Amino acid sequence: MADNSQRNDSVFEAAAHRARVRRNWLLSTPALIILVLAASGPLLVMLAYSFLQAGDYGGVEYRFSTEGWFQVFLARDIFDDTVSVADAHLSIFWRSARLSFLTTVTALALGFPTAYFIATRPRSSRNLWLFLVTVPFWTNLLIRTFAIMEVIKNQGIVNTLLMSAGVISEPIQMLYTDFAIMLGMTYVYLPLMILPVYASMEKLDFRLVEAGYDLYATRIKVLWRVIIPLVKPGIVAGCILVFIPSLGAYVTPRVLGGGRNLMIGNLIELQFGQGSNWPLGAALSIFLLLVVMVALLLYVRNSQKANNIVRH
Amino acid sequence: MENSLSTRRNQFSVFKQPGFTIIALACFIVLYMPIVVLVVYSFNSGTSPAKWDGFSLQWYAAAWNNSAVKTATLISIIVACQASLYATILATMAAMGTTRTRPYRGQNVIYALVNQPLMVPEIVTAVALLICFAVIKELTDYRGLAYLVLSHTAFCIPFAYLPIRARLEGMDRTLELAAADLYANSWQSFRRVTLPQLWPGILAGAMLAFVISLDDVVITEFVKAPGQDTLPTYMLGQLRRAITPEINAISTALLLISAILALFVFLLGRKHGN
Amino acid sequence: MNRFLAIASTAFFISSFGNPSLADGELNLFNWGDYTSPELIEKFENQYNVSVTITDYDSNATALAKIKAGGHGFDLVVPSANYVQIWVQEGLLLESRPDQMENFKYVKKQFSDPVWDPGRRYTAPWLWGSFGVGVDTSIYGGNINTSEIVFYPPEELSGKINVPPEMNDVIKTALLYLGGDTCTDDKEMLRKVRDMLVEAKPKWLSMDYGMTEKLGAKDVAASLYWNGAVFRAKQENPDLSYGYPQEGYLLWMDSVAVLADAKNIENAKLFQNFIMAPENAALISTFAKYANGIEGSEEFMPDNMKGALEIEAPEELAGSGQFSEACSPDITKMYTAIWTELQK
Repeated sequence: MADNSQRNDSVFEAAAHRARVRRNWLLSTPALIILVLAASGPLLVMLAYSFLQAGDYGGVEYRFSTEGWFQVFLARDIFDDTVSVADAHLSIFWRSARLSFLTTVTALALGFPTAYFIATRPRSSRNLWLFLVTVPFWTNLLIRTFAIMEVIKNQGIVNTLLMSAGVISEPIQMLYTDFAIMLGMTYVYLPLMILPVYASMEKLDFRLVEAGYDLYATRIKVLWRVIIPLVKPGIVAGCILVFIPSLGAYVTPRVLGGGRNLMIGNLIELQFGQGSNWPLGAALSIFLLLVVMVALLLYVRNSQKANNIVRH
Repeated sequence: MENSLSTRRNQFSVFKQPGFTIIALACFIVLYMPIVVLVVYSFNSGTSPAKWDGFSLQWYAAAWNNSAVKTATLISIIVACQASLYATILATMAAMGTTRTRPYRGQNVIYALVNQPLMVPEIVTAVALLICFAVIKELTDYRGLAYLVLSHTAFCIPFAYLPIRARLEGMDRTLELAAADLYANSWQSFRRVTLPQLWPGILAGAMLAFVISLDDVVITEFVKAPGQDTLPTYMLGQLRRAITPEINAISTALLLISAILALFVFLLGRKHGN
Repeated sequence: MNRFLAIASTAFFISSFGNPSLADGELNLFNWGDYTSPELIEKFENQYNVSVTITDYDSNATALAKIKAGGHGFDLVVPSANYVQIWVQEGLLLESRPDQMENFKYVKKQFSDPVWDPGRRYTAPWLWGSFGVGVDTSIYGGNINTSEIVFYPPEELSGKINVPPEMNDVIKTALLYLGGDTCTDDKEMLRKVRDMLVEAKPKWLSMDYGMTEKLGAKDVAASLYWNGAVFRAKQENPDLSYGYPQEGYLLWMDSVAVLADAKNIENAKLFQNFIMAPENAALISTFAKYANGIEGSEEFMPDNMKGALEIEAPEELAGSGQFSEACSPDITKMYTAIWTELQK
């Protein structure tokens, strides 16, 4: 937008804009084709499934039914047939949202300084540090989760260290708690925070930071007023990449949380698996998709408005 | 910190933020703690992954002799390499097409589509893909790796796209405009000016995509054709029974390979830097 | 770097399309993960010059969904007893008539005409076992042949118990404990089950798989689990013992069936016959640590499995075990509601 000319009314400019839009679409089309083929397109199948009747043993019967959507919000009590708000679903949604939010905040609190640290290394060694961040993630998610379990379990490293140091006399039960889920998800999604933040931090112009100090700003002030606003796109990208996958996380809650409490991902999986209720599973996931999408679009619209106000 | 800025003012570093280095180093320790456990237990002589019984290389031998593990590892890597390569290219193009431009109609649609794979739990995409691919498989009788590569590419795109977009947003355009003034065509100016500036974003995106593809369980489980078990789906099968330290050994071997790659990229980056 | 990537990706691209096979025939087996003896496969491959490809699944539901969708390319599948009738009703299985095969004579009487496959017209036995309780006897010394251990945990075990996330198996075991049928829509009974489970859950440590390691490492002191896994865990932790709940416990059997749209039907039938031979069935058992249902296979099994309490139930408790069918959709819906309530 930097090259936006003031002569918006000129015919030439309008033609140039049209050409740019065409170019933009051309650039985006290959990605869109793949996504429509292998992600969004098939999702239409799910949308259709959410309005069909559940098959006897998984799958669907091709008869229209709103039962799936009905069950997302309302529960018919199996004992007295009364209809009430599906509080089991609500509390599962709430737990997922709360844990994902905490995960995002923790990942940001750890990831931002780490990205900053990497971005302020000499240029030649930055890629190495970046690689060091991703190396642990070259091992498989399941094996990594099991390794975390070894670290935090009652006879694990952390408890053993704390006990031999005399800090605690009894092991702290960390495994199979919400804390373990949050810790595990933070661990698993940390690179998704560090990498985007780093990507926008790396191009940060430190002359602006220097200017801040020249104006006698404190370090905290420079951080809040100069650095964070400049790397905001990266922070936002990181938060999106951490928060949304946490919402649908499946493996970590099951292994580290001990599977005693479901999260949305597990609830949906239950419907497609042992529960044999595909329409409910489909409706739950379309609902989740809608909520997240609306929130994102609102965010994008707001940030664009904010940008336009700044730029014009 | 031998950066030109800090050498100029040697008492006061503009880079310093209180506590950041400590948090970053703590972060690295936390990141590597489980990995150390993993590596140590891969040399365990006992069968239990939870009890140390002495040093042994038996699990490396076992993994090497287990053709199922070997095949699964190979397929994992093949799919991850292809998917992350394609996803990064496509995501870079899409990022070029959606940033640094006046808002245009449909931009939000592109944005929503690109990020869509993030927004639904994998099992949903998995079941949907199963149904769609089944039709194609039946019609064409083709059951190669292309299905896995295609579906991995699709869900890797947003992971590659977001860092690249973050890098592009507000990237200084002066150089590009200068290039245009010098009559460089748009490919030349992309190749010579934009790409070098964009490279860290692309690298970050590609690494994310690779890691995400390597980790995927659920979609792979539903899309895979006969003989296409990846390491994660192989482990999923073991989950109910017993996970042997073979997996630790394979993971350690993979780590070693990636460490070598890291060194390679580091040396390459150093050459570029000079 | 770019050139390196280009060369590497080209190599990968080519490698992913080649599929050289020197054998005369092929066979695609779709089986539970970590369940297929490599020795067995090697022997079959050499004997018939057929190249066998094994692919894993992790649940009956996943396997059914994948095959039902079509275009799968598999020849053989290994569904559990309670799913076999669903597969048959959906028309997914070929009537391959294992009962007329040469080695059928080795199948034990109790498995030659099972309720889930009358006359063995579709399936050949693979492995069978039970769903009971594994208990660390160094922590709890009382009677372990009861599922009370899990549903009304004794003081010593409270907070150290695991229950696997198997909706049907757990609810059915609870029903058996309360004296009900495994598939029931009796609301009074279901209410009792729900209340009992909800009350017991705070005393459970986890609802997870992976008990082979955790019972073995003493991370968990007791678990509802499958017998063969407890047998494996016992090799690590000799204090472990496996109990067969006297109130009733579930039996299961996984059987090999040929798929209706299999491409290699002859090889698939050869395989069904092959695994009913005692020495071959013993290979399966030796690998997976479960009993197989083939007469005379024990003598080919390792000594520690012969007559092991974990592999086959003692006589006085054998009668309490029962196979269960897949419950009707309406009942499954109720079970899912209870299960969601339990895990909310």
